[in-house]
Amino acid sequence: MPTNKLFFAGSGGQGVLTMGQMVTYAAMYADMNATWLPSYGPEMRGGTANCTVVISPEKPVSCPLIYEADNLVVMNLPSLIKFEGMVKPGGNLFVNTSLIEQKPTRTDINVYNVPANDLAMQLGNARTANVVMLGALVRTTNVVPVEMIYKIMEKTFSGRKAALLDLNKQAFHTWKPE
Amino acid sequence: MSEKVLMKGNEAFAEAVIRGGVRFYFGYPITPQSEIPEFMSRELPKWGGKFLQAESELGAINMAYGCGAAGGNGFISSSSPGIALMQEGMSFLCSAEVPVVLLNASRGGPGIGSIQPGQADYNQVTRGGGNGDYKMPVFAPASIQEAIDILYDAPALADQWRNPVMVLVDGLMGQMMEPVLMPEPKKPLESADIPTVKPWAISGSEKGTRSVVKSLRLQPEVLEEHVEHLFEKYGRMEKELVRVETENVENAEVVFVAFGTMARLVKEAMEILESQGVKAGMIRPISLWPYPYEAFDKIGKNCKAVISAELSMGQMVQDVKLGVEGRWPVRLIHRVGGMLPTSLDIVEKTRKILEEVR
Repeated sequence: MPTNKLFFAGSGGQGVLTMGQMVTYAAMYADMNATWLPSYGPEMRGGTANCTVVISPEKPVSCPLIYEADNLVVMNLPSLIKFEGMVKPGGNLFVNTSLIEQKPTRTDINVYNVPANDLAMQLGNARTANVVMLGALVRTTNVVPVEMIYKIMEKTFSGRKAALLDLNKQAFHTWKPE
Repeated sequence: MSEKVLMKGNEAFAEAVIRGGVRFYFGYPITPQSEIPEFMSRELPKWGGKFLQAESELGAINMAYGCGAAGGNGFISSSSPGIALMQEGMSFLCSAEVPVVLLNASRGGPGIGSIQPGQADYNQVTRGGGNGDYKMPVFAPASIQEAIDILYDAPALADQWRNPVMVLVDGLMGQMMEPVLMPEPKKPLESADIPTVKPWAISGSEKGTRSVVKSLRLQPEVLEEHVEHLFEKYGRMEKELVRVETENVENAEVVFVAFGTMARLVKEAMEILESQGVKAGMIRPISLWPYPYEAFDKIGKNCKAVISAELSMGQMVQDVKLGVEGRWPVRLIHRVGGMLPTSLDIVEKTRKILEEVR
């Protein structure tokens, strides 16, 4: 299995960095090599957030920085405009259509429309939008095993937070391909 | 063996050095390593250690000087402009032979510069930014695990050689997360053991014995003898502390020399070059001083050029030339100011260099 390069972009508070971390944890639990790298610098205070995840099933990850992505997740419009060009021809673009009305311009990539905020609202918890999106990404690409995502959820939502486990698992499976 | 954990560089560096025996931290916050003092302030007291935020970088290094002179295992972290402010202290520490572990998360310079990755502190850390003749081992890891392993060993190494030891990273490594294995904690040095383990330290000795730790030697004969003693020690360090990783240098058409973050970018550029039919190799110095000059002797006869890839205007390239000794053309690929090349940029520039030297 070759290296898989993922890029997650959105605004602060949309759970973009968490989405990337969950994929990285899942890769680690599946005994794969992985790196997670957030954008850092003064621009973070301006409200945009993005992170790069590189997964390498066999050998160590050579480079944590990417110039093209196999999978791009965009949670808001500025991210679509800024990063659409990054997707490799034949790669995947996951668009949060709840907040992005504009259509992607690329025709050489696979576009997945995920109304993440709307689906999260239907489940009764707007904060699960990133997990809805994560589910769309992981179930479509199998970039990491679904069971490993469950493993992180079980670790994160334990004790007093245990009530949130079922909700997050439900959010993970709520999106259906068109 | 403990389980793999996903850790952010800055927190992993701090945890590793604590597990390596450090119980005293002195520092002053500066981006991109402020998570280290933050982590230390929260975690070090749990290990029975002391965290102290100094009033300035000058304060921090002199507190570490005092701590080390008294026999404690101290740690300081900062970033380029802060490290620059500490240079006087480093000269004093080396002269007085006081062990301390230092971490420099180097950023774009000169001046206050930027907070993004930079390697333009190379000359400062390998040549000594303070006054006088002195040397300090400098290690530049390229992954979080490698940084952990180096920082875990660093307190013992500093004690063994009675010398400061520096670890050079950057903000990218500090912010990145990678799965890592944390080594088992070492038994820290107890106050009661200091007089036996470090008889030279000012530990409040028995009546009749006296330890002196100082850098002032007004009599020229005495100072000359002391500097010669230091350089006898540095000579042994040059033999024992060289660390380097080499890959495919024997058959390569082009050999890169790169350390830290830049080595990660070069690694991917090598994979792309290989897929295009260009045989590429790499010398990755892990110790920047002592420098692995001997690794250059492994370069084979197919080599057309040696390329120093750096985040500076060309500082390590001087050491590359010393290692190459005129045997192959030496070129430079670089970005500065906190900018990073992509692996594709490196590939493109390498192809141009190969056309030019053919």
